[in-house]
Order: sequence, then C-alpha cells, then structure tokens
Amino acid sequence: MAVRQTDAPHKLPDKETSVEVLERMLLIRRFEERAGEMYAKAKIGGFLHLCIGEEATIVGAVNAMRTTDYLMSTYREHGQALARGTPPEAVMAELFGRVDGVSKGHGGSMHLFDWERRFLGGYGIVGGNLPLATGVALACDYKGTDDAIVCMFGDGASNQGTFGESMNMAALWKLPVVFMVINNQFGMGTSLERHSAVTDLSKKAEGFGVPGSRCDGMDVLDVHDAVGEALRKAREERQPQLVEAVTYRFRGHSMADPEEYRTKDEVAEWRKRDPINVFKQRLIDEGVISDDDFEKLDERATGRIDEATEFADNSPFPDLDSLYDDIYVYGDQVKGWYAVDERAPEPHRGEDEREAGDLAHELAEAGAAYTHEEYEEDRWRHSGDDNAGGGEGEPAGGARDTTGGGD
Amino acid sequence: MPTMRYREALNQALREELEADENVFLMGEDIGVFQGAFKVTAGLLQEFGEKRVRDTPISENSIVGAGVGAAMLGLRPVVELMTVNFALLALDQIINSAASIRYMFGAQVKVPMVIRMPGGAGHQLGPTHSHNFEAMFLHIPGLLVAVPSTAADAKALLKAAIRDDNPVIFLEHEWLYGQRGEVPENGGPGRFGEAAIRREGSDVTIVGISRMAITAQRAAETLSKEHDIEAEVIDPRTLRPLDLDTIIESVQKTNRAIIVEEGWPHGGVGANLAALIQEQAFDYLDAPVGRVAAADVPMPYSKPLEQAAFPHEEHVVHAAIATFRDI
Ligand SMILES: Cc1ncc(C[n+]2csc(CCOP(=O)(O)OP(=O)(O)O)c2C)c(N)n1
Repeated sequence: MAVRQTDAPHKLPDKETSVEVLERMLLIRRFEERAGEMYAKAKIGGFLHLCIGEEATIVGAVNAMRTTDYLMSTYREHGQALARGTPPEAVMAELFGRVDGVSKGHGGSMHLFDWERRFLGGYGIVGGNLPLATGVALACDYKGTDDAIVCMFGDGASNQGTFGESMNMAALWKLPVVFMVINNQFGMGTSLERHSAVTDLSKKAEGFGVPGSRCDGMDVLDVHDAVGEALRKAREERQPQLVEAVTYRFRGHSMADPEEYRTKDEVAEWRKRDPINVFKQRLIDEGVISDDDFEKLDERATGRIDEATEFADNSPFPDLDSLYDDIYVYGDQVKGWYAVDERAPEPHRGEDEREAGDLAHELAEAGAAYTHEEYEEDRWRHSGDDNAGGGEGEPAGGARDTTGGGD
Repeated sequence: MPTMRYREALNQALREELEADENVFLMGEDIGVFQGAFKVTAGLLQEFGEKRVRDTPISENSIVGAGVGAAMLGLRPVVELMTVNFALLALDQIINSAASIRYMFGAQVKVPMVIRMPGGAGHQLGPTHSHNFEAMFLHIPGLLVAVPSTAADAKALLKAAIRDDNPVIFLEHEWLYGQRGEVPENGGPGRFGEAAIRREGSDVTIVGISRMAITAQRAAETLSKEHDIEAEVIDPRTLRPLDLDTIIESVQKTNRAIIVEEGWPHGGVGANLAALIQEQAFDYLDAPVGRVAAADVPMPYSKPLEQAAFPHEEHVVHAAIATFRDI
C-alpha cells in the first residue's frame, strides 16, 4: 500500500515559502529540544510529550489550512500551536506554569489553547478531541461559513469509541472536518500492529462513510498536498476526510519513557529520514539555500527559543488569589455559593469575593509553600504519564531524573 | 517483616493470585510489554504469558465491558485503567453493567472483577489528569470500593478483591506507589470493612482517606507536639463496605471529628461521613464535623496553585483546632 501521494518528488514551492516551511520546522524542533532541557531542570512539571520527528506532519498540514480554519490536537501539541503562529513565549510560559502562558498556567503542556489563531486546544484525554472537532465542524456549517477544521490525533486514539462515533456523525451530517491521524507507530509502548487490527489506518473510517488517504509524514510537501486536497473536499463537497500521516516519534512517549519496546536500530533507521534534514538537503541540493543560509536560519530559531525561555522564566506564577478565577461565567444568575473552599473553616465564596478570608489565605500559602521546598516524601520522579513508572521513590534532588517508566 | 514499596506489594498480590487461580487474568493499556505505566505489573507478562497478561488498545469503555462479560462467565479479570481519570470513559460499563448486572438479572450471574486505578494530585498534570473519584464510586450501589494507604493493606486488600465475587473499584494513589512499608510474608487476603486505627487519641477523631490517611497522621503528630491535642487517626481502608462502627466509637470518645480527603468538597466522602456521624452520634458531638478537601476548582497545572489546591498537613491541623473553638 502506497504511503505517498505521488511517487515522484513534489515540486518545491517558491523560495520564500520553502524557507518559511524550513524555518517553522526548525523553530518547533529547537523549541522541543529546549523544553526537554527545561523539564530536566524541573522548570516544567507534569508530563511533557515532544513531537520531534513529526515536524513535517505538523507544518505540512497547518500550511495547507486557511488562517480562518480551526485546528485541534492532543497533549502532544506544542508544535501545532507554534505552527499556527502562537508566540513561543506564550507556549513556553504555559509549560513553566506562569501567568503569561497561553492558558494562564491553568492547563500546562497538555492543554494549550489560542483562540485568536483558531488553535482550539490540546486535549489530555486520548480520543477526547474527535467529538469536539465534529461539533466545531457542525458550527462552521450551521453558521453558513466556509471554515473547516483539522483534528489531529494519534494512531492509538483510533481505537477509542469516539473515533467511529465521530466519523459516522461527520459523514452523516456532511461536516467540513478533516480527521488527521498522526501514525507515529506507537500508542505509548504499544506498537501499531499490537493495538489495531487494521493497520492501514487510512481505511479505518471507510465503513463509517469517511474516505481516507495516506501521506508520507516525513515529507512536508506530501503532507501539504494530502491535507490540502482533503480540506478542499471537506470544504467544497462537504465530505469529511481521514488523512493518515505515516511518521515516527524520535523521542520517548514522554520524558521518562525507557523505550524498551523498540530497538535503537529502528529509531536510527527512521532518523535517517529526519524530516528537517531531508527538506534542508533538498533546498541546498536545488540551490534554494546554501549551508551558510541554513546555519543562519538555525541560529535565528535558537535565538527565538532563547528569548522565549527568558520570557517564561521572568513571567510570574499566577497569584494565589486567582485560584477560583475563570471557573464560571458570572452573568445575571441569582448570587449563590458557586464554589466552597472546604480547606478552611472560613469558606471562600469564589470569584464573587476574590479576596479569601485571612485563614483561607494563610492556608493557601501554606499549601503553595510546598512548591519551593522538596516535600520530604514527595519523591515521585516525574517519570511520565501515567508515569510515575519509575517513580522508584528516589529523591528527585535538584535536577530531574527522567529514567523510569510511564506515559 | 520484609519492607517493600506499595507498588511491589501490589505486584506480589497480582503474582500470587495469578498463580493461585487460572481464572484470574490481567488486562489493561501498556501493562505487558511496557510493564505498566507505573510498573505495578512489571515482570508479569514474562512470567504468565499473553493469555493471562493482556495489553489492550486504548478503549476504556470496552476494556471494562469486556472484563464484565468475561466475569459473567466465571473468569476473574483484574482490569487496570491507566489512571482514574480515564475511568470517566468507562463509567457506562462500570455503573450500568458491572454494578447493576447481578441485581438487574435477579442474581442469575455475578461479576467477580477488580478495576484497579491510580489517581491523585500533586504532579502537575492539570485538570484532566489529577482527579480523585472516591466519592463518585462510593455513590454507586453494587460496587465495593477499596482505598489502601499502606503497602501491607495494598497487598492484602488486592488479594481479597480478586477473590471477592463482587465488582471492586480498587483505588491506588500515585504518590503512594513509591512509599515503603512492612508487609507480612505469606500473608493472606485482608478483610473489607475493617478500619485501622493508625494512632490512638482522646481529643479529636481524624478520618483520612487514601493518601490523606498519611497526611492525617503527620498532622496528628504536630497537633500533639505543638497544640497539646491528641488526635485519633482512622484509616477506613475500604469505603464500601464501611467500618462505621469504629468511627462512631472513636467519636463517642473524642466528641469531635474531621474527615480529610483529596477530592472535591461538594458531595464528597467527607460530606457523606459527616452526615453519617451526625445521624449516629449527634449527642456525642461537641463541635460540627469538619471537612478538609481539595479546593473546589478543576486542578490547575501551575505548581504553586496546585499545591494550594489540595490538602496538606497544615489544613488538617487548622481544621482540628477549629473543632475546639468557642468552647
Ligand atoms: C482516555 C485515555 N486513556 C489513556 C491515556 C494515557 N495515554 C496518554 S497518551 C497515550 C498513548 C496515545 O497514543 P497515540 O494516540 O498513538 O498518540 P501519541 O501519544 O503517539 O501521539 C496513552 C495511553 C489518556 N491520556 N487518555
């Protein structure tokens, strides 16, 4: 079964576009590398899922979208936000849990969102975004607009019930949605053939009325073509599409994945097809850029990430009094107790009375104090999702040890 | 007595039960080749093979549902949901099938299965990955609910859960996995419905659920050292069945009670226990029953906010002292 859209190499776009595509992929790569380093330094907490290896899939797809189209992704979504144009500052600040983060520090790495750029979120629950995308497409259609949505998810997510349910609904109602399965060969430590009876994922929605196509996720131009055509059909013919991008995740599932489920040789084999190297080489070979030009682009990308990191580091943590902010939209409802803070005998009335009572305040600070001192027994090593796999209870120490298991 | 980590104790229980009964099998996401997201099932695939230790696709509702079906035919599935957060996708099968089938079909079948799942806040996993659902599972008739806080209880109660003929929700805590404790050699199954008194005291009763049983014990030491208050700390170990007798006896002695949990306050375990204590021991109470729970918000990612949003020792100390106010 063919993976590529065409056997022949795709024609390069004009120089400006080619360079832009390369730059965008580089920005994502350098961002992810830096995020990994910041995680090791415990600047970033929780789970960190990097997309290194998937840059062509992300940039190829996003470049095929209109700025008015919507995008949804999973918890592995820093690249999607950056490709959509979200400033790296706001993404890094979110990873740092700071107030200037895209989600004000409430969401973290798995829950980025940028309304302005129509990036409608990273979602932590596998398969949770497919119904949402279906609803967004419903709204696009309902409002009589020409907009469409691209919904990205992993090969593992294609086994959730939401996959079949959303496909059927989208096909039934002729909604402008492109479902895009990023087949990076694994759902955590389970390889595609061990988790899915049908391994040509582009076929997996056919029975639900959603035709599929496949593209080479390591070739940014092939992805661009496939998603462009799928978007056209979804938008013009009101025929939802499934696009499978065949790619590979070069790093572990999350930061603490010991990667015992695959061989180093397999990873090395795929790394030969590094989507950035391949595209860069082509631009050099065809005389679009020189080696020197590339070095400059790379320095510029690194410089952007330096700035983003510094910005994130200087951004403050959210005010403790903001804990109850933004849960509800306060309108004309009868005033009642929306939220009750049972941590203190003195109740907190939520946003309505932002200033908590003295005791509640004192207790919030007592809790927050655990941020800075190493909590005696809290030696859970952030070894990943679902993770504490290797949380072998060894002291975390200053820097993070990321060996161990987990999501 | 040998000491081991909570996760090792669970691993031993699984191994021993797999050895003891060929109807026992394990099923869950990444429990085999990956050895389990938290390594609780480490080594079991190698030892028992793919028939007994099955990696599943990411399909929570069907994983649980398939477990229920297999249990109806007499197998004893031990299903691992990678974390309690993902149990939300399986609630239909948990409530409409596992919990109801025996009653609904006039006791023609039983559903002897265990659904294990870790949870808890404190690791900066944000709103979708930090849930505590003790209260939600406690709400459902037909389910047994275990909340072990020590390695010994983890092992003994898991063995009991696997041998029990009812569906059991077995709630582990991510923070507890690395904690060590003594575990008796060749220990048999524990008993559901038997609370443990972790510390004796005469001034106030503190009931701590799951990890909060540990937090409560620490708070009790501080209360004793710094405030001259001797707290009695009770770890119920299972919420259904609940050893209410032990709690009521304690309250009759101390005349004060607080409940500490990591979940949300509205409709929480504490709310439920407070009602039960007030119904059963109203005349003995010298103060309103206190509750310590998580902040009433989706769990934020940012570390200081998150730490401020779930209970620590200080919160328990304050709540205990508050039961002495105005006297
Ligand atoms: C409903 C649900 N179940 C399990 C998990 C834990 N988990 C997080 S990512 C993941 C693997 C997903 O694989 P895939 O869909 O292929 O995406 P990838 O991570 O490879 O990008 C799992 C099992 C989750 N977050 N949500």
